[in-house]
Amino acid sequence: MDMVIRPLGKRIREKVATLVVWTAAATVIVPFCWMMSDVLWNGWPHLTLEFLVSPPLDAGRDGGIGPILVSTLLIVGICLAVAIPLGIGSALFLSEFTRQQHRLGRLVRISLDVLAGVPSIVFGLFGNALFCQILGLGFSILSGGLTLACMVLPILIRTVEESFRAVSFDQRLAAAALGFSHHTTIRSVLFPAALPGVVVGTILGLGRAMAETAALIFTSGYVDRMPSSLMDSGRALAVHIYDLAMNVPGGNANAYAGALMLISLLLIINLSASRIAARWTPSYRVPA
Amino acid sequence: MTAPHDGLEPWPPRSHFPAHEPVSESAVHIKTEHLEVSYHGRPALEHVNLILRRGAITALIGPSGCGKSSLLMSLNRLTDIIPGCRVSGTLQIDRLDVLAPDTDLLHLRRTVGMVFQKPAVFPFSIRKNLELPLREHGIRDRPVLSATIEQGLRQVGLWDEVKDRLDHPAQALSGGQQQRLCLARALVLSPEILLLDEPCSALDPISSGIVEDLIAGLRGRYTIVIVTHNLAQARRLADHVAFFWAFGGIGRLVEQGPARDMFESPKEALTAAYLSGIRG
Repeated sequence: MDMVIRPLGKRIREKVATLVVWTAAATVIVPFCWMMSDVLWNGWPHLTLEFLVSPPLDAGRDGGIGPILVSTLLIVGICLAVAIPLGIGSALFLSEFTRQQHRLGRLVRISLDVLAGVPSIVFGLFGNALFCQILGLGFSILSGGLTLACMVLPILIRTVEESFRAVSFDQRLAAAALGFSHHTTIRSVLFPAALPGVVVGTILGLGRAMAETAALIFTSGYVDRMPSSLMDSGRALAVHIYDLAMNVPGGNANAYAGALMLISLLLIINLSASRIAARWTPSYRVPA
Repeated sequence: MTAPHDGLEPWPPRSHFPAHEPVSESAVHIKTEHLEVSYHGRPALEHVNLILRRGAITALIGPSGCGKSSLLMSLNRLTDIIPGCRVSGTLQIDRLDVLAPDTDLLHLRRTVGMVFQKPAVFPFSIRKNLELPLREHGIRDRPVLSATIEQGLRQVGLWDEVKDRLDHPAQALSGGQQQRLCLARALVLSPEILLLDEPCSALDPISSGIVEDLIAGLRGRYTIVIVTHNLAQARRLADHVAFFWAFGGIGRLVEQGPARDMFESPKEALTAAYLSGIRG
C-alpha cells in the first residue's frame, strides 16, 4: 500500500470516473433487465402447454401458437439444412483453396461483408422475386427458408472461414509432414479443430433467422393454419408477434406469451449448441 | 585462415563452396548439391553441398535466419506447402530424386519423419493421434494398429504413463509428453530418416533431458538430422556437425565434419568464433 495521500482534486476526479463507468454499464443492463422482466411478467401467465399446441383463434387474440411453432421450426430447419453445408463449403473454399490475397477470394469476401449488412427487408424482396415468382415456389415455407438461408449465409461463411484460418500453421505442417493428403488434413485435422467456430457461426445465423420478420412477410407469408407441406404458406413466430402487437387490438397478451416463447427457444438453442460443441471437442475441456 | 568478418559481405567468395568430403558411397544417405531455397524469389539459403551419413546424428547449427529450418523442410518437401517457397539444385535420398515433380510425397514423408519445435499434437485422443497417420498410410487392421501404437509409445517411454488413458485428449498431456507423443507419431510410420527442428527448445530442462536421451537412444537405427541452438546439446548428441551462417541475409554452409573435429579444431575462423561464443 502506498502511504502517499493523494490531493483532493485527484480523488474527486477518480470518483467521477468511477461513477461514469458504472453509469455506462447500468445504462446497458437496465433496459435489458426491464425488457426481460416485462416480457416475463406479461407473458408467463399465458404461456401454458395448451397455448403451445392449440391453433390461434380470433386472429390470434385467443387460442395458441401450435401451427406457428411448427411453421417456424420448418422454416428455420430448411434455412439451416441449406445454409450449413453451403456455408462450410464456401468457407473451406475461401480459407483452403484461395490465397488470402487472391482476387477471386477477395471479391467473394467483400461481397459477403456487404451482404451481411444488407437490411433484411431487401432480402425479403429479393426472396419474393427469386423464389416466390421466378422459381414459382409462391408464398411458402420453402421460399421463406431459402430466403433466410441467403440472409444468414454471409455471417455463417465468414465465421466459419475465420475458424478454419485460426487452425495454426504448425498443425498444418505437422499433418503434411505425416504425409496427410489435403483431403485428410481438412477432414481429420482442420474440421475437428474448427468445429466450435462452425457451431458459433450456426448459432449466430440461427438467432438471426429465428427472430426474422421482414424477410418472411414477403416469402413465407401470413397464413396461420397448420402447414400440410413445405409448399404451404406458414406464419413464423416473429411475424405472429409483430401482427398481434401492431395489427390486432387486444392481441397484446398473446404477443407477450409468443415473445417469451421465442426468447426461451433462442436460449435453449444457444445453451444446447455450446454443450454439444464442448462434447464433440474433448480437447477444449480443461485438463483435470 | 580468414579473419572473422562482419557477416555482411559474401564470404567465402562466391566461387568457393565447401566441397563434399570423401565419404564411401554406402555411408551416404542424403546428399545435396547446390541446394537453394528461396521465398518469393529471394534466396534464403544457397549453394549447400551437404552429406548426411546413414545412421548418424547430424546437427545443423548456426545463428537464427541462416536457413537451417528451410534446409530441413526441403528434405521432406514440406517447403511445398509454404506459399512462395521454391527449392532448386539437387537433393538425393539414396537413389530418390526428392525434388523431382513426380516424387511420391506420401512415400517420401513416410520415409522421412519430422518433429517440430512446438509439439503439434492434433486436438483429439492420444490413440487417434497415432492411429490417423497409420490409417493414412494404409494400415487398417485393428490388432496391427494397437500393437504398433503400443510399440511406438514404448519406444518413447510414454506407454506406462498413458496406457490407461489412451482415449484422453492428447492436448491434456504436459509439453514434454506431447513432444514425445509427436516423436512416437513419427516413429510408428517406421521412417528411415528423422528431422528434428529444435525439438527441445520449447521444453523445460527436465523434459528436454528426457527427449534428448530418447534421441541419443535412436542413434544407429535412424539417420537423424537435428537443428539446435543449444551448442552443448549438439556436442552431446551429434556425430557430425554442419555449420551455417547468413551472409547478407542469405544462408550458406560454412563447414561440415565430424563433431569432435568441428568442436575442437574447426577449419574456418568463423566456425571457431561461433562455437566459442565470440560470434552469433
